[in-house]
Amino acid sequence: MEKEKHYLVAVFDDQDDFLHGVEHIRHAGVKIQEAFTPYPVHRLEDALGYERSLMPVAAFCFGALGTTFAITMQTSMMAIDWPMIIGGKPFLSIPDFVPVSFECTVLFAAFGMVGTFLFSNDLKPYKVPKIFDIRSTDDKLVLAIDLAKNSLSEDQIKMILKEAKAEEVYRKDFTEEENEGSFIKYLIDLFNNGVTRSSRQLS
Amino acid sequence: MASHNHHVSEHDLEEKFVFSDGLRKVIFTLLAIGLFCTVLGIVLLSMGGGEHATEGHALVLNDKDNITLVSNENVESEGHHAYHWTTRVKANLWLNVIFFMGITVIGLFFTALQYASHSGWSALIKRVPEAYGAFFPVIGVIMVVVFGLSYHELFHWTDASLLEEGGKNYDSIIAGKSGFLNMTGFVIRMTIFVLGWYAFYTQIRKNSLLEDLHGGTKYFWKMKTISTVFIIFFGISESISAWDWILSIDTHWFSTMFGWYVFASWHVTGLATIALAVMYLKDAGYLKMVNENHLHDLGKFVFAFSVFWTYIWFAQFLLVYYANIPEETVYFMERLNSDYYKKFIFINLFLNFFFPFLGLMTRNAKRKAILLKIVCFVVIVGHFLDFYLMIMPGTLKEHGGFGFLEIGMPLVFAAIFIFVVARNLAKPALIAKNHPMLDESIHHHI
Repeated sequence: MEKEKHYLVAVFDDQDDFLHGVEHIRHAGVKIQEAFTPYPVHRLEDALGYERSLMPVAAFCFGALGTTFAITMQTSMMAIDWPMIIGGKPFLSIPDFVPVSFECTVLFAAFGMVGTFLFSNDLKPYKVPKIFDIRSTDDKLVLAIDLAKNSLSEDQIKMILKEAKAEEVYRKDFTEEENEGSFIKYLIDLFNNGVTRSSRQLS
Repeated sequence: MASHNHHVSEHDLEEKFVFSDGLRKVIFTLLAIGLFCTVLGIVLLSMGGGEHATEGHALVLNDKDNITLVSNENVESEGHHAYHWTTRVKANLWLNVIFFMGITVIGLFFTALQYASHSGWSALIKRVPEAYGAFFPVIGVIMVVVFGLSYHELFHWTDASLLEEGGKNYDSIIAGKSGFLNMTGFVIRMTIFVLGWYAFYTQIRKNSLLEDLHGGTKYFWKMKTISTVFIIFFGISESISAWDWILSIDTHWFSTMFGWYVFASWHVTGLATIALAVMYLKDAGYLKMVNENHLHDLGKFVFAFSVFWTYIWFAQFLLVYYANIPEETVYFMERLNSDYYKKFIFINLFLNFFFPFLGLMTRNAKRKAILLKIVCFVVIVGHFLDFYLMIMPGTLKEHGGFGFLEIGMPLVFAAIFIFVVARNLAKPALIAKNHPMLDESIHHHI
């Protein structure tokens, strides 16, 4: 499999043009890899056709895991392993378990969700950020189109992007090294330079 | 943006709610069923058909000459009032007064909260909770009448002989509380609170209608000031009214959580009724601009405050359970050790916590009206039972029951409530067209 990646980058200036452009591009059958905006754009997820995130399901599962863990832990400690009389209550006194169960539920759900978020977005420490157009952190709205994932030719897509009122359209390639971060290289870099310096220069 | 202005003019901002004959019919059917059940319940009770027949009742039952009053007066022991079936009617009246007073004041509280917090999303639906305030005079009068008729039986502390030092009935705990808990203070506080709430309602309402006429942000800022002052007043008055109206039934018991507890119960009930009213209006063809995003927020409110209620309820219980001091545990002993009331605790927890918690957990459940409607209805019933469990064990002891009377009376109150509120809602335009944040509400998107 080819490790290099080839993208077309479309830069927009106006939010309305951008939203309509996204609709136009998708309608023309072009798959959009990613959209970068300097601020949250309302209804962009709908325009991009994103489905709802499954994060709430993860939250529920981790929460349920936390509850189960807490109840099992407290039961085994307080009723099986080392029964103690506290305040004349029965060994297995459910009301006393509620606060700890609640806290464990929240803790597991919170940590689980952070973990899920990092994992599902591939946010690892040695991740090399792909900067398509640095102006997307300033005042431009940017679309990235992965050429390998589209059946249309590069020129055809360029045409469609121009039709969608993109201000600028250009090609951007990422080398294999830029594409796939290396954990070993990250560690060496960290060792040599410390945490203060980014593992990769922004171009 | 140009597209926004276009959007607004597409919809009818001048629409008015019409109190239709169809709704009138529904209300009167509700009233008829409620009255029928209530009367049937009273008749059954007066014939001694309670679920928990006692000695006194057995006497009446044997005595076929219908001399209930006489026989009961004979049974009446000194100091302690013997149970008479009318107590159950009075306790039920009081329960419904408390419940519907709560819904009414929460309508005002919700309106005030939107102004105090600068909430824009609710501008479209704000006329609905605002209309609740018209019920204040009605429920206020009923409250005074019911209290006047029944304080002797419902509130143990009103018995003057409890305060006579050295007397046979002297109760040092109640005597110790009599500085606060006395008839004069009670009536003064009740008057100030209900009249105060009504005064705040009339002020907010007046400015809201003036805003419709003249526009501008002047009235918004005025209402914000009134709302903020009201919230402060409400914070104090709600807590004290909870102690007075409900907590003092169990005179010996005390709980610092009680004001919160009653507020949580009232609030979630009020929110559920607001959500139901908005969904009703939408189904009837009004409020076309209200969409699933607004329902989502209302659903979140019901969900969140169901959890809040559980938190408060459990916090109150856990402290008492853990400390295990007899004068505190007595409240829960009365309920958990009673064969009759015990089941209500668990029904309560199910209807008010597990059902809304699991039912409204997903995003779709809050956005699709059907599930939200079911949960709101269940929550209202659940919190009625919550108030039932606050009031009945202290007033009726082991004579409590759940029959036609308990089902019918809330229906009667609900019918009157809906009638008054719908009539008030029909007076001004349904949408506050000059609300400064109306545009935000129309484009609300979450």
